[in-house]
Amino acid sequence: MDRIPILQMGRALLITIQVDMHDQLALALEEDLAAKIASSGARGVLIDISSLEIIDSFIGRMLDNIAGVSRLMDAETVVVGMRPAVAITLVELGLSLSGVRTALNVDRGMAIIQQRLHDYEIADGD
Amino acid sequence: METNSGDVLVISGSDDVVRVRQAVRAKAIEIGLSLVDQTKIVTAASEVARNTLDHGGGGTATLLTVQNGNRQGLRLIFEDQGRGIADLDRALTDGYTTGKGLGLGLGGAKRLSNEFSIQSTPGKGTRVVIARWK
Ligand SMILES: Nc1ncnc2c1ncn2[C@@H]1O[C@H](COP(=O)(O)OP(=O)(O)OP(=O)(O)O)[C@@H](O)[C@H]1O
Ligand SMILES: [Mg+2]
Repeated sequence: MDRIPILQMGRALLITIQVDMHDQLALALEEDLAAKIASSGARGVLIDISSLEIIDSFIGRMLDNIAGVSRLMDAETVVVGMRPAVAITLVELGLSLSGVRTALNVDRGMAIIQQRLHDYEIADGD
Repeated sequence: METNSGDVLVISGSDDVVRVRQAVRAKAIEIGLSLVDQTKIVTAASEVARNTLDHGGGGTATLLTVQNGNRQGLRLIFEDQGRGIADLDRALTDGYTTGKGLGLGLGGAKRLSNEFSIQSTPGKGTRVVIARWK
């Protein structure tokens, strides 16, 4: 089965969702990511969805789950690059993705994660 | 109102839900729906197709381009011979689910479509029709 690659950049993980995901792929991503956070100690997860042409309730739930699991494992998820038509449709569908932090693009999402890493470094004293 | 005979797609696995989305997108582009309208009808189709698969045990999607005067539209018919729905009003209520979903699919598909109808007979099956006009 195919897997969505998870890249590690220091203490951040980067996922680019490029394909129209079928359900098993989405479920595999949830599991792979949780394992990767545990093994890497990552504190931030950036999910780039700029290639996604739609988000239905299934994909929306997956993003919510990922953010929830990451949070429990002390990593913050930022979803970036949502297309305007997707945002408009999501609101009408009734999905607010209230548990998911979003940013307009990769740069802004990275800035949020860098800030968090920075805060931790100060707290950790390293 | 005129309709063509339509394309029929089988929905028997989660790959088929992806295929339905792609076919609906292609038709929506063909009739010249705006990007937002394309996104709405593809998202609605994805919700209903997933219900056909998950709750209806699989079925078919029929894609029709329709013409009403000089308006063009896309009509999608989803049919299954599954367990059916006893209480349609409740099924359409946001937050109601018999599975582990959010219960948003049916209500959301209705909001995202210009036309929506559902018929269901418990033990016999379910038929959902949605349409989006240009
Ligand atoms: N084709 C169908 N056959 C049988 N029952 C159905 C069918 N479609 C919908 N239902 C019933 O209606 C309920 C509501 O459907 P809806 O799509 O709104 O929510 P869901 O599928 O449970 O969750 P979500 O779509 O948010 O993931 C379902 O839980 C199911 O009980
Ligand atoms: Mg549903």
